[in-house]
Amino acid sequence: MYLGRVRGTVVATVKDPHLVGSRLLVVQPHSFARVPEGHAFVAVDLIGAGHDEWVLYVKGREAANALADPFNPSDRALLAIVDEIALETPEA
Amino acid sequence: MFVGRVLGTVVTTIQHAALAHAKLLVVQPCDPEGRDDGPPVVARDHVDAGVGDRVLVLDEGSSASQILGRPRGPVRTMVVGVVDAVHVVPGEASLASPSGGPTPDVTRG
Repeated sequence: MYLGRVRGTVVATVKDPHLVGSRLLVVQPHSFARVPEGHAFVAVDLIGAGHDEWVLYVKGREAANALADPFNPSDRALLAIVDEIALETPEA
Repeated sequence: MFVGRVLGTVVTTIQHAALAHAKLLVVQPCDPEGRDDGPPVVARDHVDAGVGDRVLVLDEGSSASQILGRPRGPVRTMVVGVVDAVHVVPGEASLASPSGGPTPDVTRG
């Protein structure tokens, strides 16, 4: 799992039937020092994450497996809302 | 699997059912000589590892589901062992420093 932050939402009326009913959020990946890294992406939200919230997400097959029907075309899924990260060294 | 070092913990309250009651660790992947190798990831703990431990990390979804005794789910990365020691044979090309630097101290306790 990786750390990201919710930056927005995506509305798509026409989409694959497997994605009907799923919220789609724009997520910016971050390092664990909470520095933005790489490009933002669109993820299926399974936990009701809100704007600016820190989340854990998975990529690839595990993202599809997160949905009730694993035969779906998603490659990013949010699994948890982060309350706190405690690190050995803050800059890690 | 890869060897990593536990950097810290992540606390979550609202989460996917597959993460219920899970302890989540931030793990820094390391090369066989113990140097940082790539960005940290969050792994589900299966062996009660702690911050600072060198750990064995599984990074494959089907194996993770077998360990958890569940159908395939969203969990891919799990801490499955606490490493006591890593010994590598000096001069093994596959373990050479990617940066081409001097040969590291390859036997570690």
